[in-house]
Amino acid sequence: MGHSDGKRRRDWILSPEPIPASADVPVVGVLALQGDFREHRVVLGRLGAVTREVRRLDDLADLDGFVIPGGESTTIVKLMHEYALDDGVVALAGAGTPVYGTCAGLITLSRESVEGGAQTLGLIDIVVRRNAFGRQVHSFEADLQMPVLGDAPVRAVFIRAPWIERCGNGVRVLCSLQGHAVAAEQGQVLVTAFHPELTGDTRVHGYFLDKVRAHMAAGGDVVQNVTQLGRGVVR
Amino acid sequence: MTDIGTMRVKSGLAEMLKGGVIMDVTTAEQAKIAEDAGACAVMALERVPSDIRAQGGVARMADPTKIKEMQETVTIPVMAKARIGHFVEAQILEALEVDYIDESEVLTPADEANHINKWNFKVPFVCGAVNLGEALRRISEGAAMIRTKGEAGTGDVVEAVRHMRTIIGEIHHLQTLDEDELFKTAKELSAPYELVRWVAENGKLPVVNFSAGGIATPADAALMMQLGAEGVFVGSGIFKSADPARRAVAIVRATTNYRDPQILAEVSVGLGDAMPGIDAAKMPEELKIQTRGW
Repeated sequence: MGHSDGKRRRDWILSPEPIPASADVPVVGVLALQGDFREHRVVLGRLGAVTREVRRLDDLADLDGFVIPGGESTTIVKLMHEYALDDGVVALAGAGTPVYGTCAGLITLSRESVEGGAQTLGLIDIVVRRNAFGRQVHSFEADLQMPVLGDAPVRAVFIRAPWIERCGNGVRVLCSLQGHAVAAEQGQVLVTAFHPELTGDTRVHGYFLDKVRAHMAAGGDVVQNVTQLGRGVVR
Repeated sequence: MTDIGTMRVKSGLAEMLKGGVIMDVTTAEQAKIAEDAGACAVMALERVPSDIRAQGGVARMADPTKIKEMQETVTIPVMAKARIGHFVEAQILEALEVDYIDESEVLTPADEANHINKWNFKVPFVCGAVNLGEALRRISEGAAMIRTKGEAGTGDVVEAVRHMRTIIGEIHHLQTLDEDELFKTAKELSAPYELVRWVAENGKLPVVNFSAGGIATPADAALMMQLGAEGVFVGSGIFKSADPARRAVAIVRATTNYRDPQILAEVSVGLGDAMPGIDAAKMPEELKIQTRGW
């Protein structure tokens, strides 16, 4: 709560875990306009990253990685635009910063959606179908093989989830279900239609943090081949 | 192996709604206004709570025709209310594929002893609660989301504050107890011991907790968020105000930026009149909706 940050904080006797200030600890921003941003922060924190909730443009400064959580894509895309965070995130990705999106985040990062309704950022060359598996009564969880994570299957939770309808040439599909790609990457951009943040399995976030650490090790100057694919405006 | 309707899938949708505003709507046009304003979901009902209060009569599930129109109009989740204990209304709403059912005290209860057995459904349920015991009883019946009740249709936030403070206070209290005391406390709360213990260990409810009942202004929404709500329901507060579209946008912004007084001040300007309110503290007990639910 807000007032715990004020002058009257009472936790000075038993101070919380010190936040590591070391330069090699990744600072990952999590878009906190709406959705399950807290769960992403918990998983990233378990993996040793420092996280920051992003609500305004200046929250994007000096991030080593950025996550767009699950939520309502219509709401998230609209609110991002209102606070000019869409341009901010495009610029951040343009500088080579790794970006990961789950579910609504996947839609937000895509080139466009087939049925329209959401204006997307175009940071990964995929066309998505929103609510592709149906309404909530059809939401499900399943064990999926995702080879980049090793042999053990990942428990994938799909909630009113999208799938990837078509991929551009530069996109690598990481996981499929019923003939549709549900996880993919292109350069520094990673997307999953499901929610690893809800299962306690930290491997997908670990895979993302590998990208973040590689980006940091390269001094943040990784040659960038993410180009914005043009905003998909539909409807 | 593919599993449908698991608790993780049900409560997972509530996780996705966090930080958002769920708006009561009675028509597809209102649903569209809500979606355009940035609502994370809409709640279908035949009359908003203040009209139910004013007009009286039996308040039932919304007309399926209206619900279908809303589903065709918006892409955000469409929720709908069923009467307490009316599991056939819930079966119908599940067949309509609404995304969440609110087993709601705002409608006239159909059963004065039993709530719906929510484990029998693939569709998730949200239920109201005024205290921790009631919240845990609903969760034990299969609710995948809780909302504090407040006093619907009044535009007075005092009861919403009371219920949120009560639940958070009771959670804090549980965290101070040892195991011996937890058995006794579970009995006092009339709630299952396993759930009481989980709350004591984790310091929160096992499912998402929103605030409802009396939120009429951006300041009200931000107040409930600062008190610990994970999102808000707004009923009559939007479509009974002078400028619903504008107020809806303002309440969404306030809920996102609930800790930023500068933004709260900006969004509170020029909204026109809020809904006319009723002083809930002076209301006779028999007119209170929050006492429905057992």
